[in-house]
Order: sequence, then structure tokens, then C-alpha cells
Amino acid sequence: MESKPEILTIPGQWNISYLYAAGVTGSEFLRRLRDEKRISGVACPRCRRVILPPRGFCDRCFAAVEGWVDVGPGGVIESFTITTEPFLGLPDPPYAIAYVTLDGASTAMVNFVRGVDLSDVREAARALAVGTRVKVGWSRSRKGRITDFHYRLAKSKV
Amino acid sequence: MTVTTAIIGVGQTPYRFQTPELTWPELAQEAARRALEHARLGVDDIDAVVLGLAPSALVGVNEAEKWAAPAVGAAGKPYLRVNTGGATGGSAAQAGYYHVASGLFKTVLVVCADKVAESPDAQHVLNAPWDPLYEKDVTLNAINMCAFQAVRHMHKYGTTERQLASVAVRSRSNGARNPLAHLRRPVTLEEVLDSRYICYPLKLADCCPRSSGACAVVLASAEVAARQCARPAWIRGLSACTNTYYMGDRMGPGAELDHGDCDDLALAARRAYEMAGIRDPRREVSLAEIYAPFTSTEIAAVEALGFCAKGEGGRLAEAGAWDMGGELPVNPSGGTLCANPISATALVRVAEAALQVMGEAGERQVPGARVAVATGVGGSLQFHTCLVLAVER
Repeated sequence: MESKPEILTIPGQWNISYLYAAGVTGSEFLRRLRDEKRISGVACPRCRRVILPPRGFCDRCFAAVEGWVDVGPGGVIESFTITTEPFLGLPDPPYAIAYVTLDGASTAMVNFVRGVDLSDVREAARALAVGTRVKVGWSRSRKGRITDFHYRLAKSKV
Repeated sequence: MTVTTAIIGVGQTPYRFQTPELTWPELAQEAARRALEHARLGVDDIDAVVLGLAPSALVGVNEAEKWAAPAVGAAGKPYLRVNTGGATGGSAAQAGYYHVASGLFKTVLVVCADKVAESPDAQHVLNAPWDPLYEKDVTLNAINMCAFQAVRHMHKYGTTERQLASVAVRSRSNGARNPLAHLRRPVTLEEVLDSRYICYPLKLADCCPRSSGACAVVLASAEVAARQCARPAWIRGLSACTNTYYMGDRMGPGAELDHGDCDDLALAARRAYEMAGIRDPRREVSLAEIYAPFTSTEIAAVEALGFCAKGEGGRLAEAGAWDMGGELPVNPSGGTLCANPISATALVRVAEAALQVMGEAGERQVPGARVAVATGVGGSLQFHTCLVLAVER
């Protein structure tokens, strides 16, 4: 009987950097966040949806979008989750993220929800329930990234 | 509808956390060889090969279909790599079907393999597919994507965490009877409910494991199937449905299909049932193998497959309707909650459904199984596949 064979392992790592071009539409959206603290969606000339996050096309109508429509700063939670587990490369838990339909928008956009006590997950889940009103909060130093803004409960208990 | 194609061979490796004794191509070959043996064919009898490989970064060798080509018998033959994320195995099986149904190929080998746990954290890899402008920075990954679905289902229908937990209890009980399953220890309702939250409302025991393993099937024309196999699994119907990348488009006033439901799976299922001549799936389907990496995904999928009305899935799961010996067994193999080798998982659903209608599912056999449904889901819960396999042609 042969002994159990030794299995060797070879270490490896992917570490590739990119500079993703945000395009004309995405850049204008992010510039407005950074410079004007405005959240704007794009309008589809056919189905009239105000689409967020903005992209150059309406995938439902297969048409180019035309023009900007300011939305928010209030909105309503469509879904949320509270992450309590650490994941490699992601922020330290706990943190809450939610899809929110901002007032005037036809679609929901995801971002962090700040200012909610997450120490008790079930209690936090009740505070973040679908249908809860939120408002947009802004980072002090804005970089033209989606994280330039976040959501906060409209009636904050904190 | 003329039935042109059957599954005549199934090969699977055991699903484990890791399989250090085999490299990824060796793992793929193991399943391929077992499928060929099952079909009583040699590699030279195969006309074309389809390889299913989800994000290469899970295996860690970029575009690893190149690495696998010699291992899966592709030399000298047409060869395609298919990738629709979690739905990869379903799409690969469907690509295999298109080859045979076109009449251009008589035999096609479909192989999928994965080693999800050779990198330290799958969610690190699964954060990479998100839109770098808008969503990647907000930590999206496969777990919170499904948590968003679960929260909406709970909100719309009152689905409870206890009902979700009952899905895990049944799956793990079934998995205990499947020698290939990665997780084979049954769990109690209390154990699931007491397990720690990962992404609310999903707890550790609501989640699939990270698995290593491979699966392969041989698809054949009616002529070859009749010659090679006493009881082939006929592919009576199939379809796929794709939705937008943006989950937020599936919520709010502008949404057509709701992220909380698997409405797009319902569309795929309706088309597959129509092709298969199934009018009342709850009565006509003997069992289903559903790609559900989380307990909540299964509840929405069961509703989408027409086994019950929207919103009833949680209650019926808890009542045991989908248990072995229940009205319509779901995931007799233990399903994705007992093994998730991501690239292969949706093909495992097809393979297990095939074994059921072939009457070769061993301890997990549903007695008298005539019609089996297999699903896959991938992307941002945006790619859905559905196949209907049957004893009768």
C-alpha cells in the first residue's frame, strides 16, 4: 500500500488595474454629484421612464435617452440588506445598503444607508423596511464616485 | 413538437470543499469520462464539446477553457465555452441541445467544472462583475443580490425567516441521502434559525457552500439515443430568459418584472412547458431540481415554475409540499444548498433531473418519476434557464 501522495500548491494572484472610462452620460452624472450635489436621471423619449443609474440607452425601448431630470432628494426604500459578515476587499461589517427610488425616478438605485444603528440586525431591519422614506446625504469630500452620496432615514432616530 | 434530443449519459464527481488531488482540467475529465462510460460511448464517438465555465477568476486561470480543451476530448472537434454566471450549466446544456436539434451533430459532450474554494473568498471575485461606475463600490456580490430578492419577497407576501429555514432543513435532509453532496449533515430548523446573519435576512445556513467538482452529460440524437440507451432522458422542452443587469430596474414604479419574484424564470418555464405540452405543472411534473443558492431563491423559483401561486411558496415549503414523499419533491439531490461548484451547478440540476427520469437516482430517486424540471440562474438574477426532461419521448 502506497502512502498518501504529497499534494503541492502553487500560489497565484490576480492584480490588474484599470481606468474605466465612464462615458459622456456616466461622467455627467458623476460630475453633477461631485460639483453640484445633484442627482439626475436620464429620460427615455419613448417610454418616459426616468432612468437611474443613468446610461446612454433605454434597454426597454432600445432607444437613446434624451436629457436630464433631477430627482430626489427624498426617496423610498425598495429593498435593503445588512451585511454582518466580513468579505475580502469589502468594507468592515456591519453596513446597510438599499435600493431606493428617488422622487421623480422610475427605477431604484443602490447605495449605502448611513446613520442607522445596526447593532441589532432585526431592529435595524425594521427601521429599513421596504417603503421607508429616506433622504440623500452628501460626503464632504466628493470625488465623482457613486459613494459621493448615501441615504439616511428621512425621520432619523439617531 | 418533435423530440429530437436526449440525455444518454451522466457523469459527476463527488462535490467537496476542495479536490486537491486533481487539477481543474483533471476534475473536468473525471466527469467527462464517467459520462461517456454511462453513455457507453468512446471519446471518438463525440461530435462536438461544450464547456461551461462561469467567471474564470473562481478557478483563477484566465479563460481556462483553453486549459480544459485536451481534458474534455475537444481536440479535432468544434468546441465552445459558455458562460452565463450561475446559469452556465443550464446554458451549456441548452447549447448542447441546439447542436443536436439542429441536425448537424449526433452526439455532444457537455462538461462543467469548478473549484470555488481555491481562492480565499468567492464574494471577492463575485464583486468584480458589477458595474464599476455605479454598483461595484456599493459592495454588491452574490449574497446581497439574493438578500435583496428575499427582502422583497418577504415584504410582498409575508414570507418568514422560518419558512426560509424550512427550505434548508429539507435540502440538507435530501443531501444526506446523496453520496455526491458536499454538505451531508442534516440540520434542524432551530439550527438554521440560530445560525448567524451573513446578509439580512440570509443566515449562514440559508447559504450554499463553496464547492469543487465537475459534471458532464452526453446529449444524443433520437437515433443514437435509441441505440445506446434503454431509457434515455428526453429533452421535451427548454427555454431561457434574460433580464436587465440593473436590479434597481426591477423595483419601483417603472418595473415590469419584480426582483422579488423570479418573473423571468416564469417566462422561461412557460415557454419550456408549452414546448413540452405541459399544461398543469403542479400535477404533471414529478420533481424539480432548482438552482437555488439561497433558501429564498428556491421559494421564488417554485412559484415561478407554476407549482403554486405567487406568495404561497414559503407556506408550502414549511408545510412539506416539496419534501421527498410530498406532493412534488424539490431538489431530491439536496440541491445547490448542499453543493455549489458554480460553473457546474446548473448542469448538476440537469444531470440529477436526467438520472431521475432514467430511474437511476439511487437513494434519492423519486418513485415513478416521469417528468423532471431543471433550472439555472445567473448574473444579477438575470439569466434563467429551464429544461423539461421526460421518460416518454
